[in-house]
Amino acid sequence: MSAPGLAIPFGRDGSSRFLPALTLLMVFLAGLALAAVMDLERALASWDQRLTGTLTVELPAATGADDKSLDAALAVLHAEPGVTSATPIDRAATAKLVEPWLGAVLSPADLELPRLVDVRVDASAHVDLAALRAQLANASPGAMLDDHQLWLDSLARFARSAEITAIAILALIGGIAVMSVSFATRTGLAVHRDVIELLHLMGARDSYVARQFERQALRLALIGGVMGLALAAAALLALSQATSAAAFLGDSVTLLPPLHLRGWNWAILALLPIIAGLVAMATARLTVLATLRRLP
Amino acid sequence: MVRFENVGMRYGTGPEVLRDITLRLDAGSFHFLTGPSGAGKTSLLRLIALAERPSRGLASLFGEDLSRITRADLAPLRREVGIVFQDFRLIPHLSAFDNVALPLRVAGVTEAKLRDNVREMLEWVGLADKLDAKPPTLSGGQQQRVAIARAVVARPKLLVADEPTGNVDDAMALRLMRLFEELNKLGTTLIVATHNAALARQFNRPVLHLEDGELQAAVAARAAS
Repeated sequence: MSAPGLAIPFGRDGSSRFLPALTLLMVFLAGLALAAVMDLERALASWDQRLTGTLTVELPAATGADDKSLDAALAVLHAEPGVTSATPIDRAATAKLVEPWLGAVLSPADLELPRLVDVRVDASAHVDLAALRAQLANASPGAMLDDHQLWLDSLARFARSAEITAIAILALIGGIAVMSVSFATRTGLAVHRDVIELLHLMGARDSYVARQFERQALRLALIGGVMGLALAAAALLALSQATSAAAFLGDSVTLLPPLHLRGWNWAILALLPIIAGLVAMATARLTVLATLRRLP
Repeated sequence: MVRFENVGMRYGTGPEVLRDITLRLDAGSFHFLTGPSGAGKTSLLRLIALAERPSRGLASLFGEDLSRITRADLAPLRREVGIVFQDFRLIPHLSAFDNVALPLRVAGVTEAKLRDNVREMLEWVGLADKLDAKPPTLSGGQQQRVAIARAVVARPKLLVADEPTGNVDDAMALRLMRLFEELNKLGTTLIVATHNAALARQFNRPVLHLEDGELQAAVAARAAS
């Protein structure tokens, strides 16, 4: 004899086709949303790490930004104990920074560009930025010290908003999945009413019937989930390739940041079909038990 | 074993389909239930098989008061009742073996323990060579014999059969009735609904006759008063 199959003929109702297709779509969308959350976390940490320990001193063009003013600013910076280096950025390099917006037609001599000094500080030294800012203004009138906090805060706010949106999308996907499985289970209960009554008359408890639906929901959700994960992985790899290619070609201003998922990110994504299966299983069980409780 | 006193039953909020049913089925008895279509035979059998609950009156099965029993306690009680339907109610995608094994699996019997039991039952109904056959490939008589094997495989105390001979020819009907007689000799209490009065007469067993939701004895008693 072969191993016993499910007593309820699930192959005869539409849920066998509906549930895998639905789970495929849900896991695909959840995979993209989750990848976005994880990559934003990584990008945010990376930006924070890159900008922590760097300062920029800006000497306005209007005050001349001449060598005397620059030397005075550099002297203040070199005298500060926490500063590890202070490197003036030459005019050509500064012009290169504004080239994406102004084009390469104008030469650095045509532009009244401020002089910039790239300052590296020892992150553990706790430099008093207010005092340093005052000393710089005193030594070189008009000098401004930018610790990038304003830009970093805006970026962090944007990243957090995007993260919250992605998490809300994930929650929405989960909610829709639960409602859909519940609907499919109710349909299955109606379609197989006769067999369920037969099982009850044989002495089956509600939990026995629920187990049949659970096993079916788990199987179908896993099938759909694995396919959805494969599709999401393909889409993420394609996206990663596209953003890497753009960076390789020197396209420094791209709409999308480069996508870099790490090994553990992929491991979390690989859990999605299992989570989808467990959610489908639990939903099917609760729906069956709640529905059968109303029977005589 | 089964005791009903002034039992009434309705489906939902509809009219009463059974009224003032008073009956008693003693352990080891074999009753026929007759009556025209729509008289309420199936409803009465569903009450006895615990598929429905009475809407009034006193009903007890194996000494348990059905009005007090909880839903959770119904399952073990139902395992003591075998049921045979006119339309067999076999599960089409399962083999004859798996259909017969179902009540045992529902009761949690292990595969190793149920195997011989199921084979023995199918052998008893003359279908030892049809273990792997799916119901749609079997004749009506064969399907009903699989259904009988399924109904008795868990050794129920009570067997309820609703028009078991309704979809088979006369020769097969007689053969099925002989199977029921054998079961009764082994101690199973039986109640068999049939519209075939001639068949019932052949077996010389007590007959309960239903008319318009009331047992004939009750109708007669009311007419006399």
